[in-house]
Amino acid sequence: MQKLTRDQMAARVARDIPEGSYVNLGIGLPTLVANHLPKEREIFLHSENGLLGMGPAPAAGAEDYDLINAGKQPVTLLPGGAYFHHADSFAMMRGGHLDICVLGAFQVSVRGDLANWHTGGADAIPAVGGAMDLAIGAKRTFVMMEHLTKGGESKIVERCSYPLTGIGCVSRIYTDLAVIDVTPQGLRLVEAVDGLAHAELERLTGVPLLT
Amino acid sequence: MIDKISPSTAAALEDVRDGSTVMIGGFGGAGQPNELIDALIEQGARDLTIVNNNAGNGETGLAALLKTGRVRKIICSFPRQVDSQIFDGLYRSGQLELELVPQGNLAERIRAAGAGIGGFFTPTGYGTDLAKGKETREIDGRMYVLEAPIHADLALIKAERGDRWGNLVYRKTARNFGPIMAMAAKVTVASVHDIVALGELDPEAIVTPGIFVQRVVRVPRTATGPAGFRQVA
Repeated sequence: MQKLTRDQMAARVARDIPEGSYVNLGIGLPTLVANHLPKEREIFLHSENGLLGMGPAPAAGAEDYDLINAGKQPVTLLPGGAYFHHADSFAMMRGGHLDICVLGAFQVSVRGDLANWHTGGADAIPAVGGAMDLAIGAKRTFVMMEHLTKGGESKIVERCSYPLTGIGCVSRIYTDLAVIDVTPQGLRLVEAVDGLAHAELERLTGVPLLT
Repeated sequence: MIDKISPSTAAALEDVRDGSTVMIGGFGGAGQPNELIDALIEQGARDLTIVNNNAGNGETGLAALLKTGRVRKIICSFPRQVDSQIFDGLYRSGQLELELVPQGNLAERIRAAGAGIGGFFTPTGYGTDLAKGKETREIDGRMYVLEAPIHADLALIKAERGDRWGNLVYRKTARNFGPIMAMAAKVTVASVHDIVALGELDPEAIVTPGIFVQRVVRVPRTATGPAGFRQVA
């Protein structure tokens, strides 16, 4: 059994983003998805600080720090792209105008609850940004994360132990071991990496996975 | 003749009172009105409540204002960053109160204040720690949280160009909170890099109409620098 690399995970998510989608890629692992979107597919990338039609990073030396993404890194704008203020930008998210949002996560529950903003540690300084708006706003919310913590515990859980970002908001989970849908009946396995049997994946995950 | 142009940043901020709520535009460094923040530091008002997306980067701008100890409370969505050491220290030592607000709720609460809305129900944050104690309501089968507007005494924003009536256009993603903060404050002071004659701004493309702006002050153009993320060497 071979786990997917971060880039392989990103390529797998990219496969599920159709032509014409309005998409927000969250900070961290999800930003890698942009590198794997096929050039012949027109996809609108939204960044919550106020742009639509986000292009790739600028060439070295051409950075303009008035043109940044939600991670505050310099980006470019494609021809046809647009700038707008924050209330409009979050209306696009909260108002259900985005087709897909891809987020990282600490934990996802069997009901699609998402925990990705705060570890809950007593001395941790909290910061939420747009996580809660993204989680509940898009037509479909994809989560992209390693299946297991560094300690080997499943990040897919019966009930999130970290503070919640949104309730029942996740539609599909992409990990380095599997693709899993959140359905009203429970989690449903879409695919697993080669050589990983259903029973073994279920054992690692610790919750039932329908097929 | 209506002329909202202030001769200097100091003149634009001479009447800021202690205890004011001050909105400061910007998302990280983009759109942060550093010259106006410096003038506010110079002016010396204390016991301030600051509204901003972040809580300062590095040692300049909003971070420098926090460092003066004149800020009692900050309302923001994303204080913790790689270069938020000034905020981190004040927060950990209990010298600065934090109201953490999901970013879209922050934007909409500001917009609501400017639009005369007394509160609104939003799905964002429902069932999370950031909605604890807030009124909730089921509307058409979905759960919502009641959020209140955020009003301000003063907004400090950065625009690209303006005229003597206070009409403004912005530059790229530096627009961010500028237009809504201008609406939400009793007094809005905008820094601009160019002051143009009336009629020179395309009326189809004016982003903030002058009714939301009380003072405009020209500041020299300086390149916006990186802030808020870890640069890869």
